[in-house]
Amino acid sequence: MPTISVDKAALFEALGREYTTEEFDELCFEFGVELDEDTTNQERPIVNGKQEPPQLKIEIPANRYDMLCFEGIALMLNIFLGRQPVPNYKLVEPANGQLETIIVKEDTMKVRPLVSGAILRNIKFDQARYESFIALQDKLHQNLARQRTLVSIGTHDLDTIQGPFTYEALPPKDIKFTPLNQTKEMDGEELMNFYEKDKHLGKYLHIIRDSPVYPVIYDSKRTVCSLPPIINGDHSKITLDTKNVLIEITALDKTKVEIVNRMIVTMFSQYCSEPFTIEPIKIVSEHNNETRVVPDISPRKAEAEVSYINQCCGLELKPEEICKLLKKMAYDAKPSTTNPDILDVYIPATRADVLHQADIMEDVAIAYGFNSLPRSFPSKSGTIAQPLPINKLTDIVRVEAAMAGWSEVLPLILCSHDENFGWLNRKDDGNTAVKLANPKTQEFQVVRTSLLPGLLKTIRENKHHAVPIKIFEVSDVAFKDLSLERKSRNERHFAAAWYGKTSGFEVVHGLLDRVMAMLKSAFITGEEGLDNSAMSDSQYWIEELDEPTYFPGHAASVHVRIAGKELVIGSFGILHPTVLENYELKYPVSTLELNIEAFL
Amino acid sequence: MASDMTKTILDALSASDASILSSEAFPSVPSLNIKASLDRLASRQMVEYDTLEKEIAVLTPEGEEIATNGSHEAKVFQAVLAALDGLKIGDLPGIVGKENAKVGQGNAFKKGWIKKDKDLLRATTETIVDETRELLLTVQKTQTVPDAKALTDLKRRKLVTLQKVISFKIAKGPKYAREFVKEETDLTAEMLMSGSWKTAHLKPYNFKAKGAPTPAGTFHPLNKVRQEFRNIFFEMGFEEMPTNRFVETGFWNFDALFVPQQHPARDLQDTFYIADPVKADPPREDPPNDPHQIKTLQPTTTSSSSTSPTKTLDYKQYWDDVRQVHESGKYGSIGYRYPWDADEALRLVLRTHTTSVSTYVLHKLAANPRPARYFSIDRVFRNEAVDATHLAEFHQIEGVIADYGLTLGGLIGFMEVFFAKMGIHQLRFKPAYNPYTEPSMEIFGYHNGLGKWVEIGNSGMFRPEMLEPMGIPKDMRVYGWGLSLERPTMIKYGVSNIRELLGHKVDLNFIESNPAVRLEKD
Repeated sequence: MPTISVDKAALFEALGREYTTEEFDELCFEFGVELDEDTTNQERPIVNGKQEPPQLKIEIPANRYDMLCFEGIALMLNIFLGRQPVPNYKLVEPANGQLETIIVKEDTMKVRPLVSGAILRNIKFDQARYESFIALQDKLHQNLARQRTLVSIGTHDLDTIQGPFTYEALPPKDIKFTPLNQTKEMDGEELMNFYEKDKHLGKYLHIIRDSPVYPVIYDSKRTVCSLPPIINGDHSKITLDTKNVLIEITALDKTKVEIVNRMIVTMFSQYCSEPFTIEPIKIVSEHNNETRVVPDISPRKAEAEVSYINQCCGLELKPEEICKLLKKMAYDAKPSTTNPDILDVYIPATRADVLHQADIMEDVAIAYGFNSLPRSFPSKSGTIAQPLPINKLTDIVRVEAAMAGWSEVLPLILCSHDENFGWLNRKDDGNTAVKLANPKTQEFQVVRTSLLPGLLKTIRENKHHAVPIKIFEVSDVAFKDLSLERKSRNERHFAAAWYGKTSGFEVVHGLLDRVMAMLKSAFITGEEGLDNSAMSDSQYWIEELDEPTYFPGHAASVHVRIAGKELVIGSFGILHPTVLENYELKYPVSTLELNIEAFL
Repeated sequence: MASDMTKTILDALSASDASILSSEAFPSVPSLNIKASLDRLASRQMVEYDTLEKEIAVLTPEGEEIATNGSHEAKVFQAVLAALDGLKIGDLPGIVGKENAKVGQGNAFKKGWIKKDKDLLRATTETIVDETRELLLTVQKTQTVPDAKALTDLKRRKLVTLQKVISFKIAKGPKYAREFVKEETDLTAEMLMSGSWKTAHLKPYNFKAKGAPTPAGTFHPLNKVRQEFRNIFFEMGFEEMPTNRFVETGFWNFDALFVPQQHPARDLQDTFYIADPVKADPPREDPPNDPHQIKTLQPTTTSSSSTSPTKTLDYKQYWDDVRQVHESGKYGSIGYRYPWDADEALRLVLRTHTTSVSTYVLHKLAANPRPARYFSIDRVFRNEAVDATHLAEFHQIEGVIADYGLTLGGLIGFMEVFFAKMGIHQLRFKPAYNPYTEPSMEIFGYHNGLGKWVEIGNSGMFRPEMLEPMGIPKDMRVYGWGLSLERPTMIKYGVSNIRELLGHKVDLNFIESNPAVRLEKD
C-alpha cells in the first residue's frame, strides 16, 4: 500500500478544522485509509535550514490512485465530510478551436505504442503544489504504472516548445538531447551509459535499453521533449513559473494510460485560472486506430440495483437515501426514471477503482459506516463439520508420537538443494524435487522431498539441549508429477529423529512399531509368522536397506500390505557419519521417515 | 550417621519434662548437626524446639595464646626478672621472641615493671598482676566481656571477636518417645505383601519440593494454537478444505481470484515462481479416486439441504470466463481491460495464500450451489526478505461461508462470535482494499494486554468477478476471511521474533515447556 506524506497544517486548513491525532485517525478509519504516522512529536529533518513542518503519513488502498497526492486526499475527505461537492471537470478547447496534436509514428509499435496527454492552461504553481505535482507522477509511476513499465509520464512547459508534436521511435544513436537537469547533450546510447549507475533512473533503463529503437517525443522544431520512460529533455522542464503544462503519457496498456491521464488532470486542474478546466489534445495514430481526443473526463454511467445494495448491506434504504450516501463517496446518483430498483450512477473520472456495482455497494456501506451496520448472525449451513481425512490421520500419528515421549517440531518446507540431496548422500535425478525460480537466498532453492533436513537442522540449532533429543514432524513434502495439472503433488510424511550418545536405532524402530500398532498394522517376519494379524487392517515388515544415507547394515525399508497391495512406505536407520558431518552433528542420529498416505 | 544426634537428644530429654538448652547439653556439637536432627524429630512431633540466637565473645588465636602464657609485657617482665644481673636489650628478642619483645617492652615500661639501666633492662618489682591475661581468662570462661570499654579495647587489639551462636531450647513433643523408630522411604509391594505397612512408619513427604520431572512428549506451540482454531471452526460447523498442494498455477492462485496479471503481488519480489517443472496445464477435472477430496465435494454425496441436481463443471468455460472478466468485463463488471496472457496463468507458483484452495473448493461448490462453510489452516509462501516479523513461510487461517442472501452485517456478526471464541470481545471494522473481496474489511480487535487496537484479520465478500465465472449464482454471496496463525500466537506468547516460533531455529526447551493453549481464557 502506498504511503503519502502530507503537510498536516495544510491538510487541516483544507479540511476546515483542526483535528487531534486521535480524531483524524478515526476519520481515516471510517473512510478506509490509515493514518500511519503523525510526525508532530518527532524529530523532523531540516531542509535548507528550515525544519520540515509536521507531516501526516497516510496509507492509501492500492486501488485509490485518486488519493496518491495531497490534493486527492483533501478532495475525497472533504467530499466524504460533505464540505465540498464533486468538482465538475470540464474540457475547454482553445479559443481558436485548434487542438494541440501529437502525431504517432508507426515505429512506436515496436517499443511503446500508446500515447495520451492533456494541457493545463494558466496553472499557478507554488513550492508545495509543484512538489505535489512531481510526487504524484512518482507515485503513479511506482504503483499503477508498475515502475514505469506500463505507463510513464512527461510534463513540459508548453511555452518553451511548439506543436504539433510527434511521437516516434528511432535508433538510440539518432536521438540527441540534453536530459533534464544536465548540461551536456548526449545520444540515446550515451544516455544509457550515463544513467547506468544512477540511483533513481538506473532501474528504468532495462525497459527500453535492448530495443533497436527508443521512443521519443519531438516538438515541431525537433526539440526532444522526452525519451520515455526514462527522462524528459532539459529544454522544456517545468518550473514554479510555468503557466501552461503539456502532459504526455506513453504506455503499453491502453486502460492504464487513460487512468493516469485522468488522475493527473483531475488533481491539478484545480490550480488553473479557471479551476477544473482541462484543455484536450488530439492524438493522431491511424496505424493502430488510436486517433482520438484525450482525455475523457466525463463521468462513467453505470447502473446499480437498490435491492442488491440493500440486500448486501442488510439495510432497507430508499433509493434517495442511497444516492445521498453515494454523494459522500464522490458519486452522482439518481433513481432511474424507468425502473424503481435501478439507480443511475455517474462515476467520476477520479474513481478508476469502480468496476462493478459491488464497488458501489461497498461505498454505500462505507458512507453508512461499517460499524453502524445492523449485525446479524448467519445461521444456515449445509455443511457438517469434519476434518480433512489426511489431517485426521495426521493427528492420530502426532498424538501417538507425542504420547510416546517425542517432541513435535515445525521446520520450514523450503530448503537448499544440498540439504535435500547432497547432505543426505542422495542424488538428484532431476525428476523429483520442485525447484524455485527466484529465491532470494540459497536457503530456499527447493521444496523439500523429505522431512529429514528440517529435523536435522532443528537438532543442529538445539545442541544446548540435554541429550537424547527425540523430535518428530508430520507434514507435507512435495514431488514433481508431470501427470497432474499442477505438475506436482504433496505427500504427507511422518518423520522422527533421535540424537544421543548411542545410536537410538532400536528406539526409532520401537517408535515405528508403536505407530504401526496404533494404525492397526500387524508386524510380520519370515520366522515368526503373523503377529495378531487377524485383528489388523494391514501388515508390515522391514527389510535390510543399503542406502548411502544410512550406516551400512543398520537401516531398513518399511513395507506394508494393505488391501492386497504391497508398498514401500519409508525407511529408518542410523544416519551415516558423513551425513552427521554435513549437518554439524557430533552424536549419532537415527531417523525414521514414512509416507502415511497409504493408511488413508 | 556420624552427625545423627537424634538418639542423644531423645536421651537428654528423657530425664524430666523440663526443656534443655543445646548449648549446655551438647556444647561441642555444631548447631547445624543439631538442627538437622531436631528437624527430623520435630517433623514427627517427637520434640519441639525454639531457636536461640546470641552473640558471644571469643578469643582470637593471639588472645588464646595470652590467656595461656601471659601477655607480651608479662613475658618480657619474666625474662628480665630471670636475668639477675639485668638483661641486655639486644638479647630480649632472642629470649621472648621478636613480636613479644617489641610490644611487651613498651607496655612493661608503661606499667613500671622494668626500667632501663644503660643497655640493660632491670626489673623494678618481684611480682606483677597480668591484667590482660586475667581479663582474657574471664572472657574465655564466661564468653562475655565485663564492660563495653574493655570490649572495644580487646577488639581493637584483635584479641577478642564477637560471634553469633545458635542454640536451641528443646522440649518433648506430643509424640515423644525414647526410641526413634526406623522409617520406610516409600510404600512398596513387599510391604503390602508382608503386611508390614500396618506397623511401618513412612518417612514424611517433603511438601515444599517439586516432584520428579516426568518425561513428556509435546506438540509444537503453533500446532497447539492451530488445533484451537480448528476446534473453533468445527464448533461452528465448518468442513476442512484440502490444502495439500504447495504448488499452484497462476490461474488458481491469482487469475481466478480476479487478481490482474500486472498486480504487484505477482511480482518476482513477492511470489516464488517454479523453475522446474516449467509449466502447468489449464484447469481440468481432478484425477478419479483422489483420496484427498473431502466428502461433501464428491458429487455422489448430496447434502441434506440440496435440492438441485449436480451440474457438470465445465473447466474450459471457467477458463474462458475468467479471461473475459479480466480482459473485457462480464457479469456487470467492466473488467480490468488488458490483454490477458494465458501463459501467465499457466506459470507455476508456490501458493501465496490458501485462498487458492478456497477458490478451488468454491468452484466445486458451484456444481451444486448450497449453503456451505469451509475452512483451512496451512502453510503459504511469500518471497519476502526474512526479518523479525517476516518469514518466507507462514500459516494462513482461512474461513469461507457461502449462502444466499448473506449481508455485510452478518459477516460482522459472525466475526464477533468467531473472535469471542478466542477471547477477543471488542471488534471494529475498517474499509480496506483487496482485489478479490468487495466489500473488504480489516478486522481490529482490542487487545487488553497491549491496551490498543490491533489488526487481527482481513475479511470481505468475494467479488462477483471471482464467483460468477465459477458458476456460483449471482444471488449467492460468499464471505471470506483470513488471518495468520503466527501473529496471534506471537501476541499471545509475547514472542517478538517469528523465527523463534517457526522453523529449525526454534528452541526445543520453549516447545517442551510451552503451556496448553486456551484461546478463550486469556
